Order: sequence, then structure tokens, then C-alpha cells
Amino acid sequence: MGRFIVRRLVGMVFVLFAISVLTFAIFNVIPNGDPALRLAGRSQNPQVVETVRHQWGFDKPVYVQYAKTMGKVFDGSLISYTTQTNVLKEIRHDITRTFALAIGAAIMWMVFAMGLGLFTALRAGRFSDRFLTVLALVGISMPVFWLGALLSYYLGFKANIFPNGGYVPLDQNPAQWAYHLILPWFALSVLFIGVYSRLLRSNILDTINEDFVRTARAKGLSERRVLVRHVLRNSLIPVISLWGLDFAAIIGGGAIVTESVFDIGGVGSYAADSIQALDVPPVMALTMFIAFFVVFFNAVVDIMYAWLDPRIRLQ
Amino acid sequence: MATESATVSGPQSGGFEEVAQREHAAGVGPWKLAMRRLRRNKVALAFLGLFVVLVAVALAAPLWAHNVAHTDAYQNHLTDTLKEGGKTVNVVAFNGTPVGPQWFKAGGRFFLGADGNGRDIMVRLLYGARISLLIGISAALITSVLAVFVGLLAGYFRGAVDTVFSRVMDVMWAFPVVILGVALGTALNLGGLKIGPINVQAGSKLIPILIIGFVYVPYIARPIRGQVLSLREKEFVDAARAQGAGSLRIMFTEILPNLASTIIVFLPLAVANAILLEAYLSFLGAGVQPPTPSWGQMINDGISRITSAPHLTIVPGLMLVLTVLSLNIFGDGVRDAFDPRAKVRMEV
Repeated sequence: MGRFIVRRLVGMVFVLFAISVLTFAIFNVIPNGDPALRLAGRSQNPQVVETVRHQWGFDKPVYVQYAKTMGKVFDGSLISYTTQTNVLKEIRHDITRTFALAIGAAIMWMVFAMGLGLFTALRAGRFSDRFLTVLALVGISMPVFWLGALLSYYLGFKANIFPNGGYVPLDQNPAQWAYHLILPWFALSVLFIGVYSRLLRSNILDTINEDFVRTARAKGLSERRVLVRHVLRNSLIPVISLWGLDFAAIIGGGAIVTESVFDIGGVGSYAADSIQALDVPPVMALTMFIAFFVVFFNAVVDIMYAWLDPRIRLQ
Repeated sequence: MATESATVSGPQSGGFEEVAQREHAAGVGPWKLAMRRLRRNKVALAFLGLFVVLVAVALAAPLWAHNVAHTDAYQNHLTDTLKEGGKTVNVVAFNGTPVGPQWFKAGGRFFLGADGNGRDIMVRLLYGARISLLIGISAALITSVLAVFVGLLAGYFRGAVDTVFSRVMDVMWAFPVVILGVALGTALNLGGLKIGPINVQAGSKLIPILIIGFVYVPYIARPIRGQVLSLREKEFVDAARAQGAGSLRIMFTEILPNLASTIIVFLPLAVANAILLEAYLSFLGAGVQPPTPSWGQMINDGISRITSAPHLTIVPGLMLVLTVLSLNIFGDGVRDAFDPRAKVRMEV
């Protein structure tokens, strides 16, 4: 186990390094034109551009530029030249909101997908199964921001059932916190409910014919217990690792657009605003941190898996 | 967006092989069988029909613009007026609210209403369809070509070539597609792209096409590489080598044809995902640049006015959902027909 963890972590360090190089390349090497002009933002005076060029080392060789860029991103001195704010401070301030959104959505989509997957698998081939399967495909085909905007307009603005966007901190008022987050959680979940319910449905159909399920029935367990303890539990194994990966990934995808639609003001809103303004320093920092988070989280999931299933350690 | 390998084939599929065996229908190849299976899947064919209609409608955009709406996708009609039941109505009211759908009341003008700049929504929707479909289809083709190329090289040569490609894929994989697309879009839309002979201006439509085509490569290259790894050990490859065929020839005339069914299964889903990703990027401002219409761009415009003119958000979104849904359902049918075990998983 110890050797597995060390090997996995060493691999992770290389990937992190490669990510930082790729991010640096995306923003400073691949595009045409002067990187200093890009970082300084639109319509900056020549003096600022000159300062940026010097501070980031754009008049020096590429490896110096890389080192200076990484230094700025990680020592907390990175500032947005468009808004004159410290990027790391903004991110640290907003991060809890993003996690509140992502964790809640992850739990919601798993619960719904388990119910839906079990239901459709037990009725495989019937009308209700086909109908729900098509519905799952509709969910997969919808852009999160469009669904979110419509939910917030019809249920929030018109019907006034839910608050029309915004965020209330958890420690201020837990009930209002959840109340404000229900629609965003749901909007972000729909896509994954579609994906996971389909996945679970096919896994359950595979598991339900296994010998151990027959044994469980034969020894007289109640049907409910057979389904939950034996069928569902075994069907969940391959899904759980996917869950970890998708949880990390939505922070760099669905959460950005959901936050901007529901005005949550987390890291995603910050990212969306910065992208609209073509403000490069925050976009660069966020790209790198999100990829780091994905890699780190994947490593944690892998290690947990190796702990649960010893066969993985030897691969 | 995500699509995975799930559905267990329904009761109707799987029967053809038996029929073929029973009738001693010699020489029914896997292609014919797959096409037969696909032809029996009426739902998939119906949605393919829907997609074809949507493409036809997009192609007919100028017909509607010139003959019915008498405007184009960019023209502002801020000061124009319409006759509505005897009284005159401004296309854009003084408080900035645009008119809603007129259907044929104004002779086809502003069929679906106007946007905040007094532009005809129907016309923009049709031209937006062209852009969204163009980006989706060309990006998916770029993805497929690159992925096949990478998968073939990595899987065939193994060793160092494979290590290099696979590690690069791993790193790309670590970036969620939206954030990678956004990073590239933000960087390229500020300066354009210039690599050797390729010179793309900032704000060009080529930028989202290239970005989306590039971002999805690992999702298709990985399964293809796996397939090549096993195909290269097959007897027919040994036979070709014994006949003196070189690596290039084996890769492209022996192995490539065997990848065809996998590529066919990927293609509709790749187009669906590319269209969705275009919408995400345009919504965030890192895709198609205004005033060029695309569905994502139009939804982005619409959301800022959703309380006064919700049709600006609803209409382009519905078109987008219909298009992506038709491709997803058709793609599902294609997978069931060609390769039910194909592992397809893409995300936005």
C-alpha cells in the first residue's frame, strides 16, 4: 500500500508539472502577439504594458518567463490588471460558495440517479423505462446555463417559489442557504442524473443475473434487501470512481456557468466575469488551479480505491 | 454533456444474426447486419430525419432572410415600427424591451420577435444554426482525424511514441473540457494564432472550430489506441507483414478499415458534444465573438433580458436542445447497431 501511494504521488507530481507547462504555453507561447499586451488587458497605457513585460520577464528567454509566471501564480502576488485586484485573494474568498454548489449537486445527482437507475432497470423494456431513458437523454442534451436560466426565471422570478438567484452563507442562515441553492443544485444535477441513471441501469441489469444475487434470494432475504444490499451496492462500485472524477470536473465546467446564471458569486462567477472581460491573469490562475484540483482529487480517489480493492495496487 | 456506453440492447436487436443463420444467408457481412439493425430502429431514424431537417432549415437561411423577413442577421431596426392590430408598435420599445413573436402578422418580419438591438430573431436563429452546425460538424471531423492519427501511431508503434502521446493525452485529460476551451479561447481571441503557415485572426470562426476539435481528441484517441493495440497482434497484420508491407501500409490499409465502425459510432456523439461545447464557450464569451450569431451567443444575449423578453432565451435554446438530442438519440441507435460495447464517454 505504501509503495502504491508513493508511486501514485510521484506520477502526480509529473502531471502537475506538465499542466503548469501547458497552461503557460496556452497563454504565453501559442497565441500570436505580445504576451505583455494580453496580460495587461484591453486598452492599457503603454507604461503598464512595459511594467508587465519587465515583471513577467517577457524580454528574457522562455524558461525565465515560465519561472516568473509560476512564481507569480503561486506566491499570491498575481493581480488582474483590468480590475487591479489580487487574484488569489478573490479565489480564496469565493471558494466555499463553489464547493457548496458542487458538493450539494454531486449528492443530489447520485441520489436521483440511484432511484432512477433502479426503477428503470426493474422495468427494463416497458414503457416507463423507455420514457425515462429518453428523458435522461433530454437531460444530457441540455446546456446547464439554459436550463438554469429558465428555472430561475419561471420558478424564481415569475412563480416566486424560489429566490431569484443569490447566495446566503451557511453560517448565517442554514435554511436560507439551502433554499437559495436548491435550483442551482438541480440545474447542475440534471445532466449527471441523465448520465448516471443510464450507467446504473445497465450495471444493475448486469448484476441482477449474478449468482450471488440468486443465492441471496435463495436464502430468503427480502426483495428490498436483495436489491439494496446486493444489487445496487455492487452496481455502484464502478460508478463511484466516476463520481469522484466528475465532481472535480464540474468545478471547471458546469459550476462556472451555473454560478454565473444564478449569481452565486463563487469561483465560477469570478471565472465567467474574467472570461467575458478577456482578463488573462485570473483565467490563467483558475485554469491551472482547477486542473491541479482534478489531478489531486483523482489521486485521492485512486488511493482510496487501492485501499478498498487490493488488486488495483499491483497493476 | 456526457454520453456513455449504457443501454442494454432492447428486445428487437440481436435477432438478425439468428435469422441470417436460420436462412443460411451466406455472406451477410457485419456492415449489412449493422445497417439492417439500424434500419429497424425507427426512433433513431426519426431523430436522424429531424437532424436532417434542421440542417436543411439552416441551409435555407438566406431564402427566409431575403424573401420573407427582408433583413439580415446584423441589421438593426431600433427605430422601425410595426402595425399591430391597427396601432403602431415600436420594434424596440422606449424602455428597451423588444417586440415578441409576430408570427405572420407583420408579413413574416420579426416572426419570432426582435432582440435588444432590433435584430430579427428568426433570421439570427437561422444564421446561428449555420454557425453552430458548421462549428459542430467541422470540429467533430477535426477531432476524429486527429484522434485516429494519434491512436494509430501510439497503438501501432507502442514504446516511446506511445508514451509521449499518452502522457500528453493524460495532461489534456486533467483539464475539464470547458476550462481548457475557455483558456484557449481567451488566449487566442486576444491575439489570434500563428503557427507556421496557419494564420488565424482574433475573433475568427476558425478559432472555436480548432479549439473544440482539439479539446476532445483524448476522449476518442484513447479507445482507438486500445483497439489498435489489439488489432496489431491479429493474424491479418502478420500476413500483411509477411507479404512485405511497411508500417504505413499496415496502419492505413490493414488496421484503419477495422476502426471504421468505432469512428462511425463516435461521430454523431462527437458532433453533439461539439455543438454543446460551442454553446458553452460562446455563452462565456470565449467562443464565437459578437455580432456573429450562434445559439450559445444568442442565449447569452437573451439571458440578460430574460425578465422582459424570455423568448430571446427560450428560442435558441430549444433549437440547440433539439439538435443535440436528435444527434444523441441517433448516435445511441448507431452504437446499438454497430458496436453495442463501445465505450463512449464525453463531457462538456
